[in-house]
Amino acid sequence: MTSWTEELSRARLHVVSGKGGTGKTTIAAALALALATGGRRVLLVEVEGRQGIAQLFDRAPLPYAEERIASAPGGGEVHALAVDAEAALLEYLAMFYNLGFAGRTLRKMGAVEFATTLAPGLRDVLLTGKVKECVNRTGKDGRHLYDAVVLDAPPTGRVVKFLDVTKAMADLAKVGPIKGQSEGVVRLLHSGDTAVHLVALLEEMPVRETLDAVAELDGADLRPGAVLVNRVHPARLPARSVPVAAEGRVDASRVRAGLAAAGLELDEFTLDGLVDETVEHAIRVQSQQEAMELLGESDLPTVELPELTDGVDVAALYELAEVLVAAGVR
Amino acid sequence: MTARLDFDPLLDDPATRVLVCCGSGGVGKTTTAAALALRAAERGRRVVVLTIDPARRLAQSLGLRELDNHPREVVVDGFEPKGELFAMMLDMRRTFDDMVLTHAGRDRADQILSNPFYQTISSSFSGTQEYMAMEKLGQLVAQDEWDLIIVDTPPSRSALDFLDAPQRLSTVLDGKFIRMLSAPARASGRGLLKIVGTGFSLFTRAVSTIVGGQLLQDASTFVQAFDSMFGGFRERAQRTYELLRSPGTGFVVVAAAEPDALREASYFVERLSAENMPLCGLVANRTHPVIATDLPGANALAAADDLDRSGEAPLAAAVLRLHADRVAVADRERRLLARFTRAHPGVALVGVPALPADVHDLDGLREIGRRLAGE
Repeated sequence: MTSWTEELSRARLHVVSGKGGTGKTTIAAALALALATGGRRVLLVEVEGRQGIAQLFDRAPLPYAEERIASAPGGGEVHALAVDAEAALLEYLAMFYNLGFAGRTLRKMGAVEFATTLAPGLRDVLLTGKVKECVNRTGKDGRHLYDAVVLDAPPTGRVVKFLDVTKAMADLAKVGPIKGQSEGVVRLLHSGDTAVHLVALLEEMPVRETLDAVAELDGADLRPGAVLVNRVHPARLPARSVPVAAEGRVDASRVRAGLAAAGLELDEFTLDGLVDETVEHAIRVQSQQEAMELLGESDLPTVELPELTDGVDVAALYELAEVLVAAGVR
Repeated sequence: MTARLDFDPLLDDPATRVLVCCGSGGVGKTTTAAALALRAAERGRRVVVLTIDPARRLAQSLGLRELDNHPREVVVDGFEPKGELFAMMLDMRRTFDDMVLTHAGRDRADQILSNPFYQTISSSFSGTQEYMAMEKLGQLVAQDEWDLIIVDTPPSRSALDFLDAPQRLSTVLDGKFIRMLSAPARASGRGLLKIVGTGFSLFTRAVSTIVGGQLLQDASTFVQAFDSMFGGFRERAQRTYELLRSPGTGFVVVAAAEPDALREASYFVERLSAENMPLCGLVANRTHPVIATDLPGANALAAADDLDRSGEAPLAAAVLRLHADRVAVADRERRLLARFTRAHPGVALVGVPALPADVHDLDGLREIGRRLAGE
């Protein structure tokens, strides 16, 4: 299994997708911290109006503006932006049509939601358009303002549709300002500057969805990046004991003797409980291994991230970021 | 003191006609729905379970090989329930097509089905799956062939989507914009200007530049055709909504013992109570209760450290560490659930210990059913 590759280190836009419930937002945030480590400036973007970043970093909802939300080791900075399709559309319309206060009225009437519903592709064009603008933006010195942009993207079921702006454009007008913008987006998303990472869990559905997503990305000529395996349960048993224990065979007398050596005299009930726990652990480790092998079919760099028993708080994000850095993320 | 959610009396009660399993994505709604259905069938009911996007192995365990949008009896060797079990997978597109075909004449139906806007709405609008799940539920109820219907809900981010999406879809399609946009077919554009002012005309211009005039035209044709056929999306959504509030319907909220899932469950519980919808209770799914309850985690870790230092008994050391992991996880889960019950003391709850591996046969489902029933 390969870890982070040279090619991935050259990407400037890191799209993070995954099946719902796999911890996509958490991993996107940890990836942003990892990329910022060592003094870089990274922008973390969300596009689904969930305010997931704000919740994760335990702060008030983000406005439609880029704000610094965290520091990374070595002087790095993570900024965050919650892109809102409505705001993006109004911002956009204002550029080409002098809407003025009419924009506010339209918003109140629900016109914007109407337009984006009518043409679902429009929403995606607007959101990816904003992301592209962030990736390409340069400062006064002519250098990119952000060294990298991490996008907390829609889940695997929708991500290709989301990124495949070319297709969305087929539904939309073939002339006009939106067309010019979307051509730039298509160039960026299909270039080596972009990598689409997939967050997976070592369970049947998430693994299958990951493999399907890889095939779908390949088919759309988008570049799959790494598979980020989340919540890997630590394997405590010696590897050779796993298959036997998973079949329910745990040498209770050996466990008892070992416990006695450590000064623990346990009753039968507790000892049986420990044996049952060990069997369940072994089954889980084994099914994780099977899932891992299946994931290997994707032939992508893979990074494993541990299950955090204390839950995910800001400190945990740094812990996950360290694991990513150790795996070569930069 | 929070009551235990006791499933067997609920499943046995002939007055229980519809159970809706809801919760945020990835918490095990589909498996819970299937396990409850299996249990109810084995206890004597004639049950149908409507699943949405089941894992392949789960679908196979129910004998569902393809999405054919009709309930099929579950026939598996050695499976002889006292009642009967039917299962189906929702095909959203087909449900929509069928609805059009049933209600419109042949020519009219063809016209609608080939409308590009219909194709977009029926396959990719985010509320359509929820809308069609409701539609299918309505059909199953109307068929009156089963005495218990158990429904899984679409894998949305938010549990509330199931209640809100149909309404959102109908708002968009019934809304004033579509009427205004479809108005030019009947009235003059000048009249429009008077009604809504310059903001709207600018908007129409902007929208038709961006999304294209043809699309607007398709949308308005579709909505008019649909409207005359069904009396509008809104009324239809309203009817299924009423169904969910009728006696005999109950909601089972499924959540993992994780902060996000429990937060969603909280919203959903509050919403059900605000809407006077009957909540059966919360399933805290895939918990990891400690089995060797008499050994504290800290003691286990200390002993494991001792053993590691001496290098003897690696197996016992591993057992102690995995026990300590489990104690930590169980503690955290208990804390999170306690927080939920403090906020919602009236909600009955049952914890369902996780199976160590994915469910891939009826035995696995049966085991989950036992755990749901607290056996």
